[in-house]
Amino acid sequence: MFLQVSNLHKNFETKNGKLAVLKDINMTIVQEEFICAVGASGSGKSTLLRQIAGLDKPCFGEVRIDGKTITAPGPDRGMVFQHYTLYPWLNVQENTEFGLKLQGISKKERKEKASYYLSVVGLTNFAKSLPKELSGGMKQRVAIARALTSEPKVLLMDEPFGALDIHTKESMHEFMLDLWQRTNLTIFMITHDVEEAVFLSNRIYALGARPGTVRKEMTINLPERTAHVKRHSQFHDYRDELMELMRLHGKEALTMVA
Amino acid sequence: MEKSKANILNGFWRLSEDIPKPLYISLTISSIALPLILWWLVTTIGNIDPKFLPSPANVFQAFVRLWKSGDLVKDTIASLWRVGFGFFFAALFAIPIGILMGSFASIRALFEPLFGLMRYMPAPAFIPLLILYLGIGEEPKITLIFIGVFFFNALMVMDTVKFVSKDLIESTYILGGNPWQILTQVIFPHSLPGILDACRINLAAAWQLVIVSELIASTEGLGRRISVAGRFLRTDEIFVGLIVIGIIGLSLDLFFQYLLRVSCNWASQKR
Ligand SMILES: Nc1ncnc2c1ncn2[C@@H]1O[C@H](COP(=O)(O)OP(=O)(O)OP(=O)(O)O)[C@@H](O)[C@H]1O
Ligand SMILES: [Mg+2]
Repeated sequence: MFLQVSNLHKNFETKNGKLAVLKDINMTIVQEEFICAVGASGSGKSTLLRQIAGLDKPCFGEVRIDGKTITAPGPDRGMVFQHYTLYPWLNVQENTEFGLKLQGISKKERKEKASYYLSVVGLTNFAKSLPKELSGGMKQRVAIARALTSEPKVLLMDEPFGALDIHTKESMHEFMLDLWQRTNLTIFMITHDVEEAVFLSNRIYALGARPGTVRKEMTINLPERTAHVKRHSQFHDYRDELMELMRLHGKEALTMVA
Repeated sequence: MEKSKANILNGFWRLSEDIPKPLYISLTISSIALPLILWWLVTTIGNIDPKFLPSPANVFQAFVRLWKSGDLVKDTIASLWRVGFGFFFAALFAIPIGILMGSFASIRALFEPLFGLMRYMPAPAFIPLLILYLGIGEEPKITLIFIGVFFFNALMVMDTVKFVSKDLIESTYILGGNPWQILTQVIFPHSLPGILDACRINLAAAWQLVIVSELIASTEGLGRRISVAGRFLRTDEIFVGLIVIGIIGLSLDLFFQYLLRVSCNWASQKR
């Protein structure tokens, strides 16, 4: 698997004229990587992910997956949104099966697959529950299981843990790392949480804002991936460097408003 | 005694919270019983001409009389049939059109101005035209109900459809859904509680219109019963008609609420 974003530009027409949101973005993601793109609010992270997902088309440049240009959503890319997007009238099992159902897969096969991925995310016991009976973290785990049933080449995640409290978030981080190590998943996640990015990913793209550009690409080499590592000096160095990149942006933003 | 009374009223002023069950039951009973008692008191103590205000007993006698003669059953069936037909056809067309209006900006632009205008034309004002075009049979009556329900229902369905979040639609695209699947398997089930609620509210309007429609030369129907009773000053029969209409309307309302609870358990407010 090889995902490539090349020279991607995206502008929006607004009342105040043309708004450049993404400018000359270049990225590559290869099999079994866990990539995070970090950027402040408004830096165009969701916009970037929408181009990769195929929900929107770039103004210039392109996104290719295994050499094929992306023009529409496809089963090779799964996605988890920041806001809960489970179908409230379906139970957990039915939610997980839904994508396969849309794709016309037989009842037996989709039941098997959904059950398998529910066990992967540890929610087998909640198969019959309705989304409203689940906690925020559980809802996102169902969304992950649902995205995995199509066996995508890459899992795209748009600030999936942004709405969770700090403790749930931490347990979701452990869960993600565990999931990533157990499977051969490729993950591309966007977030504004620097620690989250450093803790989870093996490579980070730091985005600047207005227009969104890649400020820096950073490979993360940490001795271990457990909660302890957050006290490691290496961890702090990565975090501080990224924070500095984002702080610059904060000052810029202020001057831009003034 | 005083103490237990204070207890049962505990929680009367709780803002948007459930009240204790005994309080709920006693308040519900009082809401029907108090007016009944008042009515009974006024008619027994006050020396009122039953032609002006019959007592509950008079009304009950009239009810038994009309029931035994079979007139009441005949009238009720006639009115129910008209409401059923008119409302059924209105909903049959309004629900799909409302869903399409809520889902496609183009269809909304096509229909919303017209429907918005029609909604403000009181349906009874169409009666002369309906008589002119459709005569005095069942057709103008059913059409009147159709006109009175269709436009409101379509616009209300459209509004509930607009509540389906864009994220939910987009994540369905990502899962491999096509527009038709999104319409039937996401937008429709998501809007179903709102659609049932719109139908429930508009059924009340249909029920009002059937009474009006029966003023167009008809031989049977609850509205007809009331207007005939008025002409002959049979006030007790007017009351029977009113109460029967109210009870049927309330039963239909409760039926829809039940339907909503059973079919859309996921949408209930309580967590
Ligand atoms: N469809 C659109 N039309 C016009 N402007 C848009 C559109 N979508 C996004 N924008 C603008 O593009 C900019 C980037 O938006 P985007 O949602 O990608 O940011 P983000 O980095 O995901 O922010 P957040 O962290 O708040 O989610 C914002 O200024 C937003 O107003
Ligand atoms: Mg965003």
